[in-house]
Amino acid sequence: MEGDIAQMGQFIGAGLAAIGSGAAAIGVGHVAGNFLSGALRNPSAAGDQTATLFIGIAFAEALGIFSFLVALLLMFAV
Amino acid sequence: MGKLFFWVVLALVIVSGALFAPEHPGLAIHPMDQFVVKPLFGGDAIHWYTPTNVTLWMALAVLSVFGLLVIGTRGRAIVPSRIQSVAEMAYGFIYKMVEDVAGKDAVKFFPYVMTLFMFIVLANFLGLLPMSFATTSHIAVTAVMAVLVFLTVTVVGFVKNGSKFLELFWVKSAPLPLRPILAIIELISYFVRPVSHSIRLGGNIMAGHAVLKVFAGFAAALGMFSFLPVFAITAVYALEVLVAFIQAYVFTILTCVYLHDALHPGH
Repeated sequence: MEGDIAQMGQFIGAGLAAIGSGAAAIGVGHVAGNFLSGALRNPSAAGDQTATLFIGIAFAEALGIFSFLVALLLMFAV
Repeated sequence: MGKLFFWVVLALVIVSGALFAPEHPGLAIHPMDQFVVKPLFGGDAIHWYTPTNVTLWMALAVLSVFGLLVIGTRGRAIVPSRIQSVAEMAYGFIYKMVEDVAGKDAVKFFPYVMTLFMFIVLANFLGLLPMSFATTSHIAVTAVMAVLVFLTVTVVGFVKNGSKFLELFWVKSAPLPLRPILAIIELISYFVRPVSHSIRLGGNIMAGHAVLKVFAGFAAALGMFSFLPVFAITAVYALEVLVAFIQAYVFTILTCVYLHDALHPGH
């Protein structure tokens, strides 16, 4: 094993940042699951809300993408 | 027929994996190599006028938009051909989205939103072709579009509403002591918009293509068992086709949401 401590910190940091992607996955699942449970209660109102669903998913996902980006920057740009 | 095809492809993958097994295992394909911008006609220097693979695939995206919307609908048939009905469906889809999300008075921005959607969705789909270049995976490309949307929205908001546009940050329905705090939060979220708008599209496409290349690297390293990653690649590719459309949809629908904020700044 060789390499310096800065590189080790880089890799550990990238791995920690990747946790954020998993957290975003939880958020997206929460949005979609709640939409589905609402949609099954009142299917006639569900069709109008798909746009809201996608906006919610997009906002939840954006933060996960941010953490993924931090991981990428640590791996390749630092 | 389909089953026979499947077994033949599986046999080919196993045999070729056994024949071309690498001598020292390891990732043969670096997942980020596919995003390197290269000049088309040799050389290393990239100036602003140098034709690169990015400009090539962006031009192809524009050409395919032209082919779909102009040449595809040239027949003006009452019973549309397949390509004409695709163009009509895309038109109706975006028109309804602008009307529903941004409001009836935002319809004059429909050409802008339609241009954005068609360019992004076709650039995403072209980027999924093997050996092609995914232009929308570069944040430089998506940031230009997102910053243009941001500037358009800000200018339209001030031109339409004057200083009333600032009510977007001064939430009238909240209690008075909370309003300065909310103003700061709203201000931050307003200025983060172009960042998240561009990184969402670029990051999603880049992540998807990197995942595909990581699995391709596994397939190159595993030799005879390379059919396992090939199945995974097939599944991820199907997901990526879905993501390519959904991200274009999300980009345009957020443009509509921002336009709605600019035209009706009250909460």
